[in-house]
Amino acid sequence: MTDKKQDLIDQKLQDLNNDGVDRRGFLKCMAWAGTGLVWTMSGGIPTSRAFAKGHGKDAGKGGDFSFVQISDSHIGFSKPANPDVTATLQTAINKINAMPQKPDFIIHTGDLSQLSKPSEFDTLDQVLKGASAKQVYYVPGEHDMLSDNGEQFLQRYGKGTKGTGWYSFDQKGVHFVGLVNVANLKAGGMGSLGHEQLEWLEDDLKGRSASTPIVLFAHIPLWTIYPDWGWGTDDSEQALSYVKRFGSVTVLNGHIHQIMQKVEGKVSFHTAMSTAFPQPAPGTAPSAGPMKVPADQLQRVLGITDVNYLVSGRSLAVVDSPLDGSGSSSAGSGGS
Amino acid sequence: MKRNGVWVASFTASVVIAIVLLVAGPPSVTANDQPSAAAAEVKIDNFVFGPQTITVSVGSTVTWTNKDDIPHTSVSTDGVFKSKVLDTDEQFSYTFTKPGTYPYYCTIHPKMTGKVVVQ
Repeated sequence: MTDKKQDLIDQKLQDLNNDGVDRRGFLKCMAWAGTGLVWTMSGGIPTSRAFAKGHGKDAGKGGDFSFVQISDSHIGFSKPANPDVTATLQTAINKINAMPQKPDFIIHTGDLSQLSKPSEFDTLDQVLKGASAKQVYYVPGEHDMLSDNGEQFLQRYGKGTKGTGWYSFDQKGVHFVGLVNVANLKAGGMGSLGHEQLEWLEDDLKGRSASTPIVLFAHIPLWTIYPDWGWGTDDSEQALSYVKRFGSVTVLNGHIHQIMQKVEGKVSFHTAMSTAFPQPAPGTAPSAGPMKVPADQLQRVLGITDVNYLVSGRSLAVVDSPLDGSGSSSAGSGGS
Repeated sequence: MKRNGVWVASFTASVVIAIVLLVAGPPSVTANDQPSAAAAEVKIDNFVFGPQTITVSVGSTVTWTNKDDIPHTSVSTDGVFKSKVLDTDEQFSYTFTKPGTYPYYCTIHPKMTGKVVVQ
């Protein structure tokens, strides 16, 4: 690691220790520590993982398990700013395969395809076959449910799921719930979970210990980011009321092709970058259509999200890495 | 003073814009509320149906064209008509044979709504 990078990390850690939260710049990492969430942020591209004070010893060893979130691959899209979305997905997979700590599994938060075409799903499968993590959990995006109400998606990726494709599973004490908020959308509305799914969710969480870390993942954000562009889920409040009693809740979404995060009580919300093309920040463009960037800058605005779970300290650390490579190589143990 | 200079510059700029607007006249009125000929066009551009409300006479055919890089649909809220998924530059047409108001939306981006008024 260069001295400059180390200085930056030291500075960020210093800021973190001073007031608990460094609000400048871009989110680099956030980590659960007991009942409180500690954020570490850095101006620009993530270069290293930094954990909360007191958890430094964990950083070197890595978490008890980790997984990677990828999102919005839009296989089949071929327009500016990315005429080759298969290549950038491949770059994302290469990046995952090169991680020092192999992720246990991958979560894809939807929009696998551009037009729900069989050939697009085939291409996605082909690329993901090359991932070192063999287990991939999917939830559909609205682009995966075109024309056939998601029949094909369910057949390919939703075996054993309920309704339009929702399900839950456990990994080393963490409870994961995949939700579908892109089916049966109503005119004038945003994302929607629907009554049946909400009932299932309430039932699924019932009886679980409040100390169980919960990870909810769905395509459209489960918090309202920008209603004018439909960047939210109409009935997410009800879903979130079911997780209020849990001490650690992480919500992972895609759809908006950029990193955004929010912390509300014990719930931390996070959206991932796309592997295909960026979208504008809310309200900064006439519409949410693809944001065109110069070719040499594309891989800075595409990326993957690495999530580490540390049993000691019950912490979840989320690190976003752009595809252009700067930083990921030092993400293992640097910083603290 | 620099601050004044900036103010003067921006003031001048707004005067120029105002003059340009005067010369150009008021924005041209679109045919939104006029019953139009037998063929009418709705363009889907920047996640908006334009015009949002189109008024046509009975027997008119409305054609939707997607000008975005992202697919859209045009689907009647009341189940009267339903386009397939329209990729860039793809079109969908429907002929309205009965008077009435036909609200519709994009099922992929449900914030996008529009209305066809048939007179």
